[in-house]
Amino acid sequence: METAYKQNLNMSETLMNRINELLSRYPEDKKKSALLPVLHEVQDAHDNWLSIELMDKVAEILSIKPIEVYEVVSFYSMYNRSPQGKYMFEFCKTSPCCLRGVEDLMDYTCEKLGVEVGETTADGLFTVKGVECLGACGYAPMMQLGDFYKEHLTKEKIDQLIDDCKNDKIILLDK
Amino acid sequence: MSKKILLDKINVPGIKSYEVYRQNGGYASVEKAINDMGADNVVEEVKKSGLRGRGGAGFPAGLKWSFIDKKSGKPRHLVCNADESEPGTFKDRYLMEYIPHLLIEGMITSSFALGAHLSYIYIRGEYMWVYKILERAIAEAKAAGWLGKNILGSGYDLELYVHCGAGAYICGEETALLESLEGKRGNPRIKPPFPAVSGLWQNPTVVNNVETIASVPWIINNSGDDYAKIGIGRSTGTKLISASGHIKKPGVYEIELGVSVYEFMNSDEYCGGMIDDRPLKALVPGGSSVPIIPHNLIYKTAAGEDRLMSYESLSDGGFETGSMLGSGGFIVYNDTACIVRNTWNFARFYHHESCGQCSPCREGTGWLEKVLNRIENGYGREEDIDLLWDIQRKIEGNTICPLGDAAAWPVAAAIRHFRDEFEYHVRFPEKVKNRAHFVDEPFEKVRHLLQKQTV
Repeated sequence: METAYKQNLNMSETLMNRINELLSRYPEDKKKSALLPVLHEVQDAHDNWLSIELMDKVAEILSIKPIEVYEVVSFYSMYNRSPQGKYMFEFCKTSPCCLRGVEDLMDYTCEKLGVEVGETTADGLFTVKGVECLGACGYAPMMQLGDFYKEHLTKEKIDQLIDDCKNDKIILLDK
Repeated sequence: MSKKILLDKINVPGIKSYEVYRQNGGYASVEKAINDMGADNVVEEVKKSGLRGRGGAGFPAGLKWSFIDKKSGKPRHLVCNADESEPGTFKDRYLMEYIPHLLIEGMITSSFALGAHLSYIYIRGEYMWVYKILERAIAEAKAAGWLGKNILGSGYDLELYVHCGAGAYICGEETALLESLEGKRGNPRIKPPFPAVSGLWQNPTVVNNVETIASVPWIINNSGDDYAKIGIGRSTGTKLISASGHIKKPGVYEIELGVSVYEFMNSDEYCGGMIDDRPLKALVPGGSSVPIIPHNLIYKTAAGEDRLMSYESLSDGGFETGSMLGSGGFIVYNDTACIVRNTWNFARFYHHESCGQCSPCREGTGWLEKVLNRIENGYGREEDIDLLWDIQRKIEGNTICPLGDAAAWPVAAAIRHFRDEFEYHVRFPEKVKNRAHFVDEPFEKVRHLLQKQTV
């Protein structure tokens, strides 16, 4: 199988150490259990997406069939199978957030960045997405950005976030 | 102030850290359980407490523990369900983020009671920073000797790990969670066998919600009887409520079960009343899957009694006039909220989250979403309301896991209590086309149009 997009694989020592640590959490004959956490780590180390080649690599490390990785990656919404913007604004669009105006904020963000929901800006910096309930209904409207939540959002906070992203001031991963 | 047993120390500076948690009496339940009580007595105390599963189903926790298969001699596991994904619910995250050691202490005491030597906390992947908080807290607990080999010199061994999901509501269903923990798609299993007999890797397993496990230390430190004295009737103890929507003070609150819905909604200790003092229109008291109830059934039951925050009172009247406590996801709607749009929004959620195994759910949730979407956007047909009723009825009870019911109930309740709003959408499509987003004109202002004979 071949991927429509190309990805350079970089299974660094740090990444492999972390993978081995995750594998150690499960019994010797149940290493497949580590699949979800391992995929998160691998995706984080590869610009937030997983090519077929990368999934095959994960299958090899866990000694499972490639299909066992593909079927999992396609089931869970947090794994991306194509390149994404560096900063992925994932707005929660489930009802409690809508009650506090998230749809207006998404419109505002899209207009400001010149994209539709689901699209990435031409410079590859931003992707805007609408996702289902993120479990922050009391702090609505909100979005997920990398490993963190940005809550009680307003237009002003969106402006600030976009500026901070452009100026490389945002921490995406909690490592 | 009502009694707090989960959040009583939440404001102690530094309570996130092991040292401060320990200085404030943390891990005492592990010492008491292992040194003084023994496993069977711990189970007995939890049974006596009347503690019910806090994930939503409300099944008695002690009873669930007593089902675990000890005869087969297979390894046993305790798995904590931290996959909190029910719309309206965000309480478990609060506990794990601000007092992580409470959950870890509960996991150790509970694992000891069940004779489990390998336990997991399954947390949703979106809570990645909380996953890291738990990882660090587990490392602290292990360094202090509460995990690993020969805990407190008793010969009891326990390894505890945190495991993350990757964005699938269905993994909150316990058998789907176990599939996911085995590195597979989150497809629920057919029961029986129940996890207590054949769970994680076919071993006997108990799956409990975060809040359930976090209640165990208090029960062991005090007693099951003391816990049972809190609350009302069979709704013993305290409950975390996630309050959201059109209220002044959204957030997580610990209540004694049995406080009145009126007090919870209006007192300054809790929600603080409606935002901008607008009229209350509807309430979803227990997460998106429980029936929505209209304003006249919120503070009083159909029988005219005060509605209380308890398993029994919230379900008083059945689905005709009541709802459920569920996960405690308390979503409040004022008069500007469009019930049709809300119902469509929830239907879209369930369609997105259906795992696809059972046809009534895979296809039915899609049909619900499609039909609701066209009604909401001014393209509905007269017969669509009855069609929706028919679809939801054919999903309910016809799937192997409760996601089908969870998708059907909100639709049924919305039609039952707010049918006129659906009719308005169908009969006056030009008025609902191209409306602003969620918040729109109060329905009360246009209700009179329905009295007219012609469109």
